[in-house]
Amino acid sequence: MFTTVLVLLFFYIPILLLVLNSFNAARFGGQWEGFTLDWYVRLFNDGPIWTALRNTLIIAVSSTLVSMVLGTLAAFALHRYNTRLQRIHYTLIYTPLVVPDILMGMSLLLFFVAAGLQLGLTTIFLAHVSFCISYVAMVVLARLQDFDFSVIEASQDLGAGWWDTTWRVLLPMLAPGIAAGGLLAFTLSIDDFVITFFVSGPGSTTLPIRIYSMMKHSRNMPIINALSTLLLVVTFIAVWSSQRLTREKRT
Amino acid sequence: MNHLAAKRKSLTEWLVTTPSFVWLIIFFVLPTITIFAIAFRPTNIDGGIGGGWTLDTWRSLANPNYPVIVWRTLRLSVATTFICLAFAVPCGYFMARVRDSWRQTLLLLVVVPFWTNFLVRVFAWRELLHPEGWLKQGLVFLGLASPDAQLLYNEYAVLLVLIYTHLPFAILPVYAAAEKFDFRLMEAARDLGAGALRAFWNVFIPGISRGLLTAFLVVFIPALGSYVIPDIMGGPSGEMIGNKIAQRTFSDRNWPHASGLSALLTLAVLGPMVVVLMLQGRKQPSPGGEKKT
Repeated sequence: MFTTVLVLLFFYIPILLLVLNSFNAARFGGQWEGFTLDWYVRLFNDGPIWTALRNTLIIAVSSTLVSMVLGTLAAFALHRYNTRLQRIHYTLIYTPLVVPDILMGMSLLLFFVAAGLQLGLTTIFLAHVSFCISYVAMVVLARLQDFDFSVIEASQDLGAGWWDTTWRVLLPMLAPGIAAGGLLAFTLSIDDFVITFFVSGPGSTTLPIRIYSMMKHSRNMPIINALSTLLLVVTFIAVWSSQRLTREKRT
Repeated sequence: MNHLAAKRKSLTEWLVTTPSFVWLIIFFVLPTITIFAIAFRPTNIDGGIGGGWTLDTWRSLANPNYPVIVWRTLRLSVATTFICLAFAVPCGYFMARVRDSWRQTLLLLVVVPFWTNFLVRVFAWRELLHPEGWLKQGLVFLGLASPDAQLLYNEYAVLLVLIYTHLPFAILPVYAAAEKFDFRLMEAARDLGAGALRAFWNVFIPGISRGLLTAFLVVFIPALGSYVIPDIMGGPSGEMIGNKIAQRTFSDRNWPHASGLSALLTLAVLGPMVVVLMLQGRKQPSPGGEKKT
């Protein structure tokens, strides 16, 4: 128990101090020079950040939707069939989960350049779908593991066709799993820096890339504190509501 | 009829398999092959890839600068993995034993950092260790550090943040395994005369070995490929292979060289992965590993 408390303090103290500093008038934390909302005002007036946020959302929404479709199909195939093809398929799905981001970014960069693709939002989208498929597939696969396939047979026995069974029985029952996978993909896409950094081109700055370049070059660190605090609030709300959703489903 | 049904079944299998299969062949397997291919290409004067084939890149990897960085990368990744596991095991144990209402809260508290933007978490530490930051000021105030001590830009700063960002990844699989562990086995061991520590080491630890292997995999491999953390926390004295790959790609625009380093890293990553997957495959039928539902 002692270790757990220690670990939780270790997790949260840096984050809490960061939030605190976003209201600190001092340019560098470490000393409290009074409460201010100045950094938030400056954040809202920072045009490039909002462009970056727009790019991030465009990519997150589109890559989440595509990877939800591909990942769900993959999970269904992996669960339903036990063939050599599926064993290869499983390795294909599993490997991207453990390969370090930098390798994925580097290999995709070289591949896009070799294929003659212009680096930009399109290449970021392609890269994000590629790493999100695996996460969606794994989450949906976990749901399928406690799925009762006799329901499908029952529906077919009752005269429902393939189409009806899929749309009216299978998908509604899998919906929480697909939604959870989609939420994970969405978060990962918004969060990704390394892969995006490698495959982005001029004019396709996403929010993490913007934050990174501010961290490296900007002198106005507290603006990043303010931005981080807002991101933290969004994260807390998202995690909390998704936990509530899944808990209500269970009871 | 049977023949037709079988044929239809395999057709459906192809239909649901092809989209993800083809996507990953194009955007995962082909790019990986590209890395290995370009590592054998010569460099072009204007930062591109020249024609023909050469072993130049592989020869230049023998450059005496690299062993230092390779060694540091390995050292930091191994240290991160062991320290994360050392903290994850007691946490997982505690979370699995605690009351259910508490367990949900603890799980939420461990998951939130995992969902929090990665750069934000790294940045929080950078601010803490900054010469004007809280931690530095606090240590100076307590007389534990001299005012001109540098907390940032060294290997320890890198190690600290590597542990910070990877610890949730280690706790979750250990907890998942501990939750499935049958704690009556430990009571039985105690009844048979084993001490608390011995019951923990000889019964609990082997019982959650699958979780430990997963935790090892999801901490060690990403740690090997770290790039952002050494870049922001480490400076030149904390560089890892990932930094060299990025440098060769963006600053020097020597893509064959960057590919050679990436190819080495890929091989380094595949090694432990294959070993762990084989161990997990063998572990499957062992008692205690999988409980009947």
